[in-house]
Amino acid sequence: MSYAKRILHVDLATGKTEIEPLKEEMAKKYIGGIGLGMRLFLDNSKPGTDPFSPENPIVFATGPLSGTMAASAGNSYAVVSKSPLTEGIAESKSHGFFGAELKRAGYDAVVFTGKSEKLVYAWIDDDSVQLMDAEYLKGKPPHETEIAIREDLGDFYVRVMAIGEAGENLVLVACALNDEFRAIGRTGMGAVMGSKNLKAVAVRGTNDVNVADLEGFTEFIRMIHERMKGPATRKYRTLGTPENVLVLNALAALPTRNFTQVTFEGAEKVSGEYLNERYIKKIIGCATCGMRCDHIGVVPEGPYKGTTARVEFECLWSLGPNCGVDRLDAIIEAIYLCDYYGLDGISTGGIVAFAMDCYEHGILTKKDTDGLDLRFGNAEALVEMIKRIGSRKGWLGDVLAEGTMRAAEKIGKGAVKYANHIKGLELPGYDLRTLKTAALGFSVSFRGACHLRSGAYSPDLKGKVDRFKIEKGRGKIVMDNEDVYNAIDSLILCKFSRGVYYDGLEDMAKYYTLATGIKMTPEELRQAGERINNLARVINIREGKGTREYDQLPPKIMSVPVPDEGFAKGAYVNQKEFDIGLDDYYEVRGWTKEGIPTIEKLKELGLIDLVPIVKKKIRSQTPKKKGKGGK
Amino acid sequence: MASIHEKKFVSGDPDKCVGCCVCEYACSVEKEKTYNPTKSRIRAVRLNPFVNLAVACRLCEDPPCVAACPRDALEQSQETGIIIVDEDKCNGCGWCIEACDYGAIMLHPETKKVFVCDLCDGKPKCVEWCPEEALDFTTKDILAQKARVSIVKKLLQEALKAPT
Repeated sequence: MSYAKRILHVDLATGKTEIEPLKEEMAKKYIGGIGLGMRLFLDNSKPGTDPFSPENPIVFATGPLSGTMAASAGNSYAVVSKSPLTEGIAESKSHGFFGAELKRAGYDAVVFTGKSEKLVYAWIDDDSVQLMDAEYLKGKPPHETEIAIREDLGDFYVRVMAIGEAGENLVLVACALNDEFRAIGRTGMGAVMGSKNLKAVAVRGTNDVNVADLEGFTEFIRMIHERMKGPATRKYRTLGTPENVLVLNALAALPTRNFTQVTFEGAEKVSGEYLNERYIKKIIGCATCGMRCDHIGVVPEGPYKGTTARVEFECLWSLGPNCGVDRLDAIIEAIYLCDYYGLDGISTGGIVAFAMDCYEHGILTKKDTDGLDLRFGNAEALVEMIKRIGSRKGWLGDVLAEGTMRAAEKIGKGAVKYANHIKGLELPGYDLRTLKTAALGFSVSFRGACHLRSGAYSPDLKGKVDRFKIEKGRGKIVMDNEDVYNAIDSLILCKFSRGVYYDGLEDMAKYYTLATGIKMTPEELRQAGERINNLARVINIREGKGTREYDQLPPKIMSVPVPDEGFAKGAYVNQKEFDIGLDDYYEVRGWTKEGIPTIEKLKELGLIDLVPIVKKKIRSQTPKKKGKGGK
Repeated sequence: MASIHEKKFVSGDPDKCVGCCVCEYACSVEKEKTYNPTKSRIRAVRLNPFVNLAVACRLCEDPPCVAACPRDALEQSQETGIIIVDEDKCNGCGWCIEACDYGAIMLHPETKKVFVCDLCDGKPKCVEWCPEEALDFTTKDILAQKARVSIVKKLLQEALKAPT
């Protein structure tokens, strides 16, 4: 069976380690990845722990397919903790090579607790686990850290995930990167590592990873490989996700200048077509993948000549159109700098765009920016601002390093009007005023604004629903997508490959059973996805965050009509339709009007031990009886 | 002897290889019935995003690994050119590993004897699996032919492009 059946606990304060067996019941209930990670987070944390407290555990979890040949799934891992941005559940996944190595070292999960006195990296060499001095790596970018550790340990095949200066500086949107370009990007996991003085995790695994049915499993992968050569992955293999630029622009859904407009006049110049023709030098792949999607861009000329970065739509958008920047050379430089400092590119672009919006409205002045002309479209200012955020340089750099939500509070003067975040996490590149199923999906996502928690933009973009309104029925669409996505993130399948599972959950359940030997029906897998969503919700409730008042949309989405001429003009999400959407979603989820999972629902999902958390919340809310609506 | 079409080996094309390591897994499944790249007879190397290559035994003429073995544990097959390891004689001393310029012969992590590509009885699984068609099962003569054809094609294209 493909589980290692072992969970490693590492106390960073003492260096002590402990192995806990992974029970089969737990494995089947929570699958792996974010599901297993969140369960371990809950079991190993106390309510109300500060995200930067040594007591906040950070969990690395592989999936049941990690370490196998499973196409695009054999290479993955997830990181779960409490987010410094949302103060709720944090999770992020990454592919590349690191996850497979961790599984081969013999672990389904690693739980780090405590805080090291000095900067260290954890060196997991099969059964041997050591904390190694990392003071000499202080300030080094993630990729240089990776190379240095590999040389230090004298083994080329050591895989490393590391934070950069931003993580060390507790920049709230700090990420961690493995295998040069692959990020545990969202929700500030790099900052949590930084708070623990954990510079990196290096791993070498040499054990076999066996599956229950080797022949059946290998044949299944062969089929997936064949499908990966077909239409389901065309986009990722050809232009890559930057293909979205012109698609979204044509649909009036490309957020421009901090969600002011929904179309960008410079879209052609930052399109996937333009990018591939002039900048992409090679397309490479992760371990075991038959698809390959990593578009590696190199700037051929100009001030950023030679800069190399992996270019995907989200960062291209956040640092490009969202900042009004139409220069791909500067965007590639900006993406490179995010990787260099170890910053979440989506959030960082969102923060700079927010600051630019404040500057345009006179809320920030040249005095605040130390002379920087922070207008929309100023590519040099964008590049400079990323450096300041990554190193917390200057007053503004330090303030923006706290993320959009906290920066808006600190700046004051009505800056909150321009703060585009949900639960504290910055928005990705879909305009929610013209994609309203996505608006509902993003608002209820347990990790804050996220397109990958439900993919609810998809029915909008494909024209399966009227994307300019929210009506009854959208709740179920969001829920069904969420449950599948939770299963995907717990098996840790690459989401780019989701289209190759022609039979959806049925294919995925088969994949799981062939690998683990544990019988899993499609319905059981769906229910696991539902269980994981409820688990995440209850964790957020435990942290005082999981209720209706936190399922909100940014002011711009709710009150600034689309100004662009054409069919989208005037669109925004009004409170009435949004409330219909939330009511609908909570109802199909089996939650209360306040968005709290009911005791019956938790019992149905086998989460009876979470009932006390929910009971307390329901009781505390009963006397108020204020009903719905934000604060 | 029609040697031009004999002695095929697994050759990687660095222009096509994306460093995905599917070949390593395919090899370990075929040969070891498990997923473990450290037991693969072909190994991929990614130096940076642009330089990727998978390397397996190149069936050298007069192979240095065979010459280096102090215990006569290695022998090159006359027929196929593969290196045959006599596991009873091999004591894992590693002289052959040092002698190989390609890192193609390795120490098996469990048996502690050396192991090397045996071409899967003439049907290499890595070539079959490679999603990028970056692996070729071919001979050195054919590779040289291909290189010549491609350079001449290039010249032809240049000539056609040139203004008349």
